[in-house]
Amino acid sequence: MARGQIGTNVVEAKGLGLTFATNDGDVVALSDVDLDIAAGEFVSFIGPSGCGKTTLLRVIADLERPTTGSITINGMSPEEARKSRAYGYVFQAPALFPWRTIERNVALPLEIMGYPEAERRARIARTLELVNLAGFERKFPWQLSGGMQQRASIARALAFDADLLLMDEPFGALDEIVRDHLNSELLKLFARTKKTIAFVTHSIPEAVYLSTKIVVMSPRPGRVTDVIHSTLPAERPLEIRETPEFLAIAHRVRQGLHAGHSYEETV
Amino acid sequence: MSDIRESKAFAVATVLAVLLVVWYLASILLNLQPQLDTYARTAAPVPPLPQLLADLWSQAKPILPAPHQIVGEMWNATIGQDIASKRSLLQAAGITLAGTVLGFIIGTVLGLLLAVYIVHNEAANRSLMPWIIASQTIPILAIAPMLVVGFNAIGLTGILPKALISTYLSFFPVVVGMVKGFRSPDQMQLDLMRSYSASRGTVFWRLRLPASMPFLFASMKVGVAIALIGALVAELTYTSGGGLGVRLLTGSYNGQTVVMWAVLVIAAVLAAILVASVGLAERLVLRNMGAQPA
Amino acid sequence: MTLWQRTLAIIAGLSALAAAIAVLPQLQSLTFAAGLLGALSLARFVTPLSFWVDGALAVLAAVAVLTGLDQPGPPLWSMLIAMWLFAWLFIDRLANAVASGRLRLPGVGLIVPVAFGVTLLVLWEAVVQGFNINHVFLPPPSAIWVKLSAPDSIALLWKDFQQTFLKGVLSGFALGTLAGLVVAILVDRSPFLKRGILPVGNFASALPIVGIAPIMVMWFGYDWQSKAAVILCVTFFPMLINTLAGLNSAGRMEGDMLRTYAASYWQSLFKLRLPAAMPFIFNALKINSTLALIAGIVAEFFGSPIVGMGFRISTGVGRLDVEMVWAEVAIAAVAGSASYGLIALAERAVTFWHPSVRGGRA
Repeated sequence: MARGQIGTNVVEAKGLGLTFATNDGDVVALSDVDLDIAAGEFVSFIGPSGCGKTTLLRVIADLERPTTGSITINGMSPEEARKSRAYGYVFQAPALFPWRTIERNVALPLEIMGYPEAERRARIARTLELVNLAGFERKFPWQLSGGMQQRASIARALAFDADLLLMDEPFGALDEIVRDHLNSELLKLFARTKKTIAFVTHSIPEAVYLSTKIVVMSPRPGRVTDVIHSTLPAERPLEIRETPEFLAIAHRVRQGLHAGHSYEETV
Repeated sequence: MSDIRESKAFAVATVLAVLLVVWYLASILLNLQPQLDTYARTAAPVPPLPQLLADLWSQAKPILPAPHQIVGEMWNATIGQDIASKRSLLQAAGITLAGTVLGFIIGTVLGLLLAVYIVHNEAANRSLMPWIIASQTIPILAIAPMLVVGFNAIGLTGILPKALISTYLSFFPVVVGMVKGFRSPDQMQLDLMRSYSASRGTVFWRLRLPASMPFLFASMKVGVAIALIGALVAELTYTSGGGLGVRLLTGSYNGQTVVMWAVLVIAAVLAAILVASVGLAERLVLRNMGAQPA
Repeated sequence: MTLWQRTLAIIAGLSALAAAIAVLPQLQSLTFAAGLLGALSLARFVTPLSFWVDGALAVLAAVAVLTGLDQPGPPLWSMLIAMWLFAWLFIDRLANAVASGRLRLPGVGLIVPVAFGVTLLVLWEAVVQGFNINHVFLPPPSAIWVKLSAPDSIALLWKDFQQTFLKGVLSGFALGTLAGLVVAILVDRSPFLKRGILPVGNFASALPIVGIAPIMVMWFGYDWQSKAAVILCVTFFPMLINTLAGLNSAGRMEGDMLRTYAASYWQSLFKLRLPAAMPFIFNALKINSTLALIAGIVAEFFGSPIVGMGFRISTGVGRLDVEMVWAEVAIAAVAGSASYGLIALAERAVTFWHPSVRGGRA
């Protein structure tokens, strides 16, 4: 797992397309997507449901196979990247195993990847510390709040130290207050760990607040309509969301979303 | 659009075909040694394969009859037999079916009433429910003969004692399923009814009963299947009444394996018909209630 | 108290009073005292009485009934009705107290079903003895207990239990359950087989498989091996379909997650899918524990050595030795409930995380 240099591309996609065959005919989930994610970037994918943002993330994770185009992760095919455990994936729900304690949930990928016992212990302690869950090692998931469960699932994705973190609407099910808190925690974590993060969301403020780059997508067929490089500083207190600079970027994102929608108002 | 090899019917048909082939092979292997012994006894040479197979499949009491022998026996004992005749398996099946259905209906009604009572009465919930569950860990089929004899002792004969065994078995899934079903409306729905200040009766008829329908049919399917088992086992003791169980017993006394298998297959067909009828009723009711077909 | 409870209380008190008056000519002090105390309970309409008083009155009335069984007549019947209603009142009020959380005592949840069971037993005994019901129809519990505790029948019952339960049922249950589990895991690897076998297995578990007992007796002889074979067939299908359903109950998301870890088939089986299947597997174990015992006993009706619970039941029926039959049934009931209870305990320990066990929301 070579640590990507700043500036080199972790993900490179060219002309990516994906068509699902369903009983109602073919559905074009992704069409002609070009995308680069450089090392150390925080890239958000935003768009209405059905725009293919989750599908794109799943293609990067080798959970779906593209039907056209090419994609590489760290120069490898998605499958090779998956087999070399190049990324951690955080799902929409915590997906913690209810029969495992928090620490054993975090240990799960480490067990599967064959880390020795002592190493596992050290990594569990470190990642739980990172997401502020130290002291909850012996609790079961159902004994924790939704926000804490999602933090545990982030710890699980961080445990094996992949440089790339794929997050699929990880905070979508949480209430706004918890979400704000986790967003700023995530930014701190991003600053501390220097990971590359690909983040799917349908919240404009969330995308603008977190990202160094925002990819706006639109549905039918799923495609990229705008790519916005954020001009916000790396240090972002929550109050930054009321600055004119922030609102200007949010405005541009909103326009991008509307542009994608202009001829599909009925949907 | 979808490949036929992807379909469920094709997969099921394949599995059934494989089972059939395995059955034929097993019937040949299991019956071979006795056949060879017969040849040896009569000092006859082992004939060529076609004749050997013909001999194998015409044994009077094979260890495992081949499927076509069973089908042949079923044909002879049903279509080929006067239905009034004691040897008609159709008649026997009718007797068993009558006991099963009567017992199942009583059991379902009893189960429904108990479930309504349990859902509405805390004392019943706490005192009855544990015993209802315990009643099923009691191998009640074991006392089927006892009950039949007991009912005979007080002059209760005919179809009813048998039906009551079926009742005892089939009321259980209905009680358990319907208690769950009547409680399946969530708190929000109950609160809504409360906000209308609906009476317990209204809540039951407008909310609990409609919500419990999927549970009712699921438990009725289980109930009707075990009601059939109850009737069959009751017949093992109450032999004068006739029925499939009696035919199974006499078949086992006389070593008529082909008859026994024919009885079992007919019992299986009966089970299929019963479960399918409940399934049909389910589809009709749920469609009228506007449910999505599963 | 609710209207219903008031009604119960009035009738119970009046029945007790009637019993006390009716017993006067016979000078039977216990029934008289119980009746008088029961009648005094009508004072509850002046000053409230605890439900424990109702419980005590029910016990007192039960003792009066059981000791007075040799003299059936109006006092006995009045007392029996009073006993029944006091017990009902006690159970009703206690259950409501427990449900509303007013009463928090360790083990109080057990009192309600136990009180109900004891009431039934007393009613059974009193009705059978008092009305002189034919023992062939229903022997009184006391007669069954006498049979159960007689030294020579204990030896016999123990031998039957060994033959039927320890040899036939346990081995058949273990084999059928294990076979169902292993076949399910194998079938689960192939989507084609899964599609084909699931409907067949579902259908098979609705069949009266016990019916193959005579054939198994023919194949494997009269001894316990043939019973184990029947039980194997009976327990196989519930385990197969439940395990298949359980293995597919793990969420898609969890499956995707293990894929992102590049987990092997066996890793995802042991770390995700088998644990997720445990509630289903235990469901099958519970169903099977009942089925196995029934099948083991019924199979003996088709032929057995001269030992075994099913053998004893069928010969007992023939000789009208009903007490022996009911003694076997009592043993079977205890064995059945104990197996079920053991499995339920194991279930609680293994699937502690499941919402239905931990009692929380999903």
